[in-house]
Amino acid sequence: MDIFIQQVVSGLATGGIYASLALALVMIYQATDVVNFAQGNMAMFSTYLAWSFLQAGLPYWVTFALTVIIAFVGGLLIERIVIRPVEGAPILTIVIVTLGLLVIFTSVAGWIYSYIQKPFPSPFPEKPIRIGQIVFGAHDLGAIGVTLVMLVVLFLFFRYTTLGLAMRAAAQNPVSSRLCGIRVSWMLGLGWGLAAAFGAVAGMMVAPVVFLDPNMMGGIQLYAFAAATVGGFTSPLGAVVGGLLVGVTENLVGTYVSFIGTELKLTVALAMIIIVLLVRPAGLFGRTTIRRV
Amino acid sequence: MAADSGAAAKAAEGGADAPAAARTAAAARSLRLGAVLVVLVLAAALPLFVSGFRLFQFTQVLIYAIALLGLNLLTGYNGQFSLGHGAFYGIGAYTSAIMVDRWGIGYGWTIPTAGLVCLIVGFLFGRPALRLEGLYLALATFSLALAVPQILKYFEDWTGGSQGIVLSKPKAPLHLPLTEDQWLYFLTLAVTIVLFVLAANLLGGRTGRAIVAIRDNHIAAEAMGVNNALYKSVTFGVSAAYTGIAGALSAIVVAYVAPDSFDVFLSITLLTGIVIGGFGTIAGPIYGALFIQFVPNWAQDISKAAPWAIFGLFLIGFMYVMPRGIAGFLQLVWIRLTRRAVSRSSNST
Amino acid sequence: MSLLKRFTAGVLLASLAALAPAGAATAQTVVGVTATEIKIGHTNPYSGNASAYGTIGKTIAAYFKKVNDEGGVNGRKINFISYDDGYSPPKTVEMVRKLVEQDQVAFVFQTLGTPPNTAIQKYLNQQKVPQLFVATGATKWNDPKNFPWTMGYQPNYQTEGRVYAAYALSHVKDAKIGILYQNDDYGKDYLKGFEDGLGDAKKQIVMKQTYEVTDPTIDSQIVNLKNSGANVFFNITTPKFAAQAIKKAHEIGWKPLHFLNNVSSSLGTVLKPAGLDASRDLITALYMKEVTDPQWRNDKGFQDWVAFMKKYYPDGALDDQANGFGYNVAILMTQVLKQCGNDFSRENIMKQAASVKNFELPLLLPGIKVNTSPTDFAPIEQEQLAKFDGEKWALFGEVIEAVRK
Repeated sequence: MDIFIQQVVSGLATGGIYASLALALVMIYQATDVVNFAQGNMAMFSTYLAWSFLQAGLPYWVTFALTVIIAFVGGLLIERIVIRPVEGAPILTIVIVTLGLLVIFTSVAGWIYSYIQKPFPSPFPEKPIRIGQIVFGAHDLGAIGVTLVMLVVLFLFFRYTTLGLAMRAAAQNPVSSRLCGIRVSWMLGLGWGLAAAFGAVAGMMVAPVVFLDPNMMGGIQLYAFAAATVGGFTSPLGAVVGGLLVGVTENLVGTYVSFIGTELKLTVALAMIIIVLLVRPAGLFGRTTIRRV
Repeated sequence: MAADSGAAAKAAEGGADAPAAARTAAAARSLRLGAVLVVLVLAAALPLFVSGFRLFQFTQVLIYAIALLGLNLLTGYNGQFSLGHGAFYGIGAYTSAIMVDRWGIGYGWTIPTAGLVCLIVGFLFGRPALRLEGLYLALATFSLALAVPQILKYFEDWTGGSQGIVLSKPKAPLHLPLTEDQWLYFLTLAVTIVLFVLAANLLGGRTGRAIVAIRDNHIAAEAMGVNNALYKSVTFGVSAAYTGIAGALSAIVVAYVAPDSFDVFLSITLLTGIVIGGFGTIAGPIYGALFIQFVPNWAQDISKAAPWAIFGLFLIGFMYVMPRGIAGFLQLVWIRLTRRAVSRSSNST
Repeated sequence: MSLLKRFTAGVLLASLAALAPAGAATAQTVVGVTATEIKIGHTNPYSGNASAYGTIGKTIAAYFKKVNDEGGVNGRKINFISYDDGYSPPKTVEMVRKLVEQDQVAFVFQTLGTPPNTAIQKYLNQQKVPQLFVATGATKWNDPKNFPWTMGYQPNYQTEGRVYAAYALSHVKDAKIGILYQNDDYGKDYLKGFEDGLGDAKKQIVMKQTYEVTDPTIDSQIVNLKNSGANVFFNITTPKFAAQAIKKAHEIGWKPLHFLNNVSSSLGTVLKPAGLDASRDLITALYMKEVTDPQWRNDKGFQDWVAFMKKYYPDGALDDQANGFGYNVAILMTQVLKQCGNDFSRENIMKQAASVKNFELPLLLPGIKVNTSPTDFAPIEQEQLAKFDGEKWALFGEVIEAVRK
């Protein structure tokens, strides 16, 4: 029984990592209808900026706040400057532009900071927490906590603020929104800015666990896509639940289904996605859009 | 090609313009035929001008072109986003490698076999995927691409696991005076031509129109009697078959297969290829193949420090200037030219 | 003799003398080397998942620049041409063909990775182009009979695995063995050596766990391994995951006899992030001086390396073992070139590579030397065990000779 709980706890910790990036992915998709392949790498780059600040001697929480703000502005600027020229183009064109961004961010990070991994500090205490036989790190718990806080903030923002409402409107029906006086273009920029800020937080939570290097987010982004797919790309709650689910299922299958073991762990996680999609094509919490003909 | 329909549309528009526009349409067709002929002659004569390594690169271009044509069929023409075609490329490559290395079957037979295997796998994947729309389909195929390297490594006894399978480059048959590179180039060229002609035929006829109709408005298409489920699954299968054949050729040409070569990055590269080349066109795959083969190398020549940053800039730049890809761009240029020709001739009457 | 006759004879003799060496050279293939230049070809993953190793190529390039600044080798400057293959075998094939057919390099050196090198091995041997000092620990590069143009460099993984197995069996009663390995050729090679070394004791392996490079963490695997009751642990992971494994094992209170594979033995980039305390009692097999290990602070070889890095590769990290690795192998290559004298035919380059005798490299452990012969294409075969004492890798025991298959 203990091993089961331990694996679930570990799975929640890993799942928390996926969830935090998945949240950023969903954020951008909701605001702009675009899947941003560069999300993870933008988060990685923000984390490197944070690392530079820490190296310069700034205290952790100051760095944290500064990085989030810079990421927000950066995301906004990227949307305004890089994405705007292709806003009206077919969706695949925009996807390729995000791929270009992905490649540029990775390459520049490697050039400036080199490819060797660097440790990154965690704001949470080092000592592991023990409950009976179960052990987990304070950081794991802290990271999940931060993700949940982000989720709540996002929810409140979209539900209860005028700006949030304006953003949702702009994403769902740009034409009518313009007629209502909403500056649709700026809403898109705002969406990117927020997603980048969330991504930065994800990066700073993830780096202490997986160590900072330019390819840090590669694997995580794959799983984050899986998480967002399972949970539904239109639902932030789904993204978080999806992430936790993927993390836990991965671990449990790897532990208990011996003929699969760890060699096919990834495959299993992916099979999971496909099964969920077959039963609920828009993801567990996704909204199925009804199109009127 | 679309240049054709552009001119033909002009012909339909104005009665007074009709003769001029019809002449333009005919001109477009003969020009197109001429261009294709010239390209074929140049392609066939290529081994006379370049040798060894360059020929190897151009053979790779042809292989990519076939793979991109497959992906384009599914994503460009049929509107089903696939981020997992690298998987079919890998399945095709391994089918070929296993047949040659483990069962001693001649490499020639592996090409159609790889196509058949991928046709079946693609169809089987396409069937349940019918329910998935746009983004979710893309992600489901993405999962397939992610899973393939792991699966290949798991079935070690068949695939050689992470060590991969080493093959030998085949010599030209019948004692033809060709080097291995030249023989493989001509073989690949022949396969490319056959597959492109087949695709052109398919897309030019009823099937092609049905496929495109599904992309443009699948509800209307269904209402018009097009069996969505059947066409979509078959298109998936055929598209997978094309990419599988490309994979088999690559196994023969590179003479080595390893699981990690067929990772997500490959699928993303293929997607990049069709968008840059121009999706929904026959010529697009060729432009796209040239891009994905040569531009990363140029980027390396330009900057040693951060070559991929240069490549990323190329990608973004291309999309700004040619959002519909190279083929789309050329199409626009053509329309501009013919429009002027038509209005000029109508002015003169 | 008349003046004219003497003069003519002199001219004839001089021209014969001038022709003769060229004549002898054309009997063998001299490609890529002129009186002023030696062209060396190289591929490295400067991008992609393995890009952390790209710094090796940069270190080598920096070292050759130093050689050139000091006059070159036998009057010739080294032209080091390096391409990115992204660790993708088809790309490696393309780049190596470019090096051989277009750039006309004399030979190919330190190409990195087992799959990339496997992809080009047949081609290079068919073209009779030396494939020297490949940067991979796979065991198959020491095969002069079948692949006379391919030579390895570092102690191979299987040997290292066997060393750990021998130690475990002789030091632990009732060993229950757990293994974590990366699911690729590197992981499997180490595993094979270890299992071969265990022999019949193989049945004492209670659990094997794998992971992919795309996995974010391996925490779950460590938990499973602890739960299996293993008291011996062979950790076959690359640096990022090794640090995670050590940290997690410590966190959950699992303290087996822990063997850490050489690839991840860096104090600065693995043990420190994992926690120096958590890394106590780890055992590894070393052949190089670890560049972040305080015990080498005053060692001449180490100091020379630091001086070199500061002058020629200032952007290179001084805590990255890969930069030490590149330095060592570039020095070895330069030595082989020096041994060639004026005969830079590919045949002779290969011959000289196979005639290195007791050559010392500044960053090899004391007592470990480079040796090759026509039947021994494994330049470095010695290792020494070390245990981490909380501060440094404390070497113990004798320098171990490789157990040859």
